[in-house]
Amino acid sequence: MLSINNLHASVGDKPILKGLTLDVPAGEVHAIMGPNGAGKSTLSYVLTGRDGYEVTDGSATLDGVDLLGQEPEERAARGLYLSFQYPLEIPGVPALTFIRTAVNAQRKARGEAEISAPEFLKKARAVAGSLKIDFEMLKRALNVSFSGGEKKRMEIFQMAMLEPRFLILDETDSGLDIDALRIVSEGVNAMRSPDRAMLVITHYQRLLDYIRPDRVHVMSAGRIVASGGPELAHELEKEGYDKYVRAAA
Amino acid sequence: MSSLAKAIETGDLTQLPSRRDEDWRWTDLRGLIRTLPGASPEAALTTPGPFAALGLDALTVVNGRTIDGGFPGIVAEGGGESVMAVRFVSATDRTAHRAHIVVEVEAGAKLTLLESYEGAAEGYLSSVEIDFAVGEGASLERIIIADDAAEAVSVSIADVSLAPGATYAQTVLTTGARRQRIETRVSHPGQHASVRLDGAYLLRGQRHADLTTTVTHSGLDGQTAQLTKGVVHDQARGVFQGRIVVEKGADRTDARMGHHALILSDRAEIDARPELLIFADDVQCAHGNTVGALDENALFYARQRGIPLDEARAMLTHAFLGEVVDRIEHEGAREVAAAWVAKQLGRGE
Repeated sequence: MLSINNLHASVGDKPILKGLTLDVPAGEVHAIMGPNGAGKSTLSYVLTGRDGYEVTDGSATLDGVDLLGQEPEERAARGLYLSFQYPLEIPGVPALTFIRTAVNAQRKARGEAEISAPEFLKKARAVAGSLKIDFEMLKRALNVSFSGGEKKRMEIFQMAMLEPRFLILDETDSGLDIDALRIVSEGVNAMRSPDRAMLVITHYQRLLDYIRPDRVHVMSAGRIVASGGPELAHELEKEGYDKYVRAAA
Repeated sequence: MSSLAKAIETGDLTQLPSRRDEDWRWTDLRGLIRTLPGASPEAALTTPGPFAALGLDALTVVNGRTIDGGFPGIVAEGGGESVMAVRFVSATDRTAHRAHIVVEVEAGAKLTLLESYEGAAEGYLSSVEIDFAVGEGASLERIIIADDAAEAVSVSIADVSLAPGATYAQTVLTTGARRQRIETRVSHPGQHASVRLDGAYLLRGQRHADLTTTVTHSGLDGQTAQLTKGVVHDQARGVFQGRIVVEKGADRTDARMGHHALILSDRAEIDARPELLIFADDVQCAHGNTVGALDENALFYARQRGIPLDEARAMLTHAFLGEVVDRIEHEGAREVAAAWVAKQLGRGE
């Protein structure tokens, strides 16, 4: 599904990713853990095509198709979704309008018919209910004066509406209390399926108690320095990142 | 008579305002107009105008003349509520015309006036002057759609005189012209009269729009709220000059002015001059002025969701201008205005 090989990327003149290699097959959930500054968020922005992140070497493909030469919206239409660590506020655009615009833009790019308004609303009501989002909130400008937890819930809401094939969750647990964490995790787990995969970027092991990964990778200084099963996350929680940071240096 | 009207009337180019006139320094007509074109002929009306869908009675002025020689004015009688259109149509290429009309809203009356500037020709000079009188406790909402031609020079100046307790609300929507100025001068008596002065300009190519306002508060307890937003593309130029004067003794005045603009091209320009001149002691006045680009982070966020760049830009621009449209009180006019803005941005409603 997602295949990253020897990826190098810079921000300005500063190399951040330094030969990152990673494979996430369909049906699996992989976690990336690592200390601050390891390049975790850079990886999510490079994969989604944000301006200012320059790929200097290596490749990244989704289902065998090169991602790095595509515009951000083309990658999205192919099914790549990033749940932002800091979701943006979109003043003046109601959440429902924004999401419907996105759904239809993706459908158009894939040569599919637009979703009808009743069909869209029916689905939005069902998804909002499962994420305990007040439907009235969806009529307000997206994320404007939403709390941190509400913004994260909106990220999951958008994900469920767009039905992407590959999900990147960037620090989705930050800013969530324990109840919100449970609701968000249930939303994410509901998306798990044999033809979908996820990359869960997190600082702490806590989120992985709720979203159980198949594989855990440790990232340090722009590379994957260790990989293992779920037990690796517990080991990191106990022992910290020190030995990996030293090994990568 | 305005300086452009005088120049058209007398054929004397030196009457035109130039960059040496402080209030016209960003809208230089003297430097632009090298010869005055001939007087516009009588012409027939061939277009329906932007508010046609509302099916209203209209005062229509074509090439400076009222249709059928009708009275160049509107009187809204006391106690009644009415909605009227007033249309200024320029129908002949490279000619000049001027018009001067009066609008009176009698004490206690309520008038919604849907005003349009319609360029049905190229390269004309148009001068419009309107004298508004709004009586005690009366209310006037004025919504302007200015669709001038790209090569036109168009100046509209309104003098607004308010009685105590009167309400005056205005929304200007414009795409500019070669040079265009829409100026509003309000003499505000205070005494619980209230004024809202809004505007939105959306300029492309080499178009120019100048929204100039002066509100002079002369009595106690006056209120003014002002919101102007603009978007400039290509080599377009937007000018905002907002002046609020609070005279000595006009205490307890509450006046707020905001001008916010987006520059969407390296070669576009915004010139803004917000001025608060306060000679009274006990007042609440504030102004805010911002000029910037679309938020790159918001654009990336929209693109990550699958919205193509051009559509994301149009969506954010539309939302930005939408705040002005949303403040229009008359529902039918608000819908026409929203559709008009959407059309300018290439977005269907």
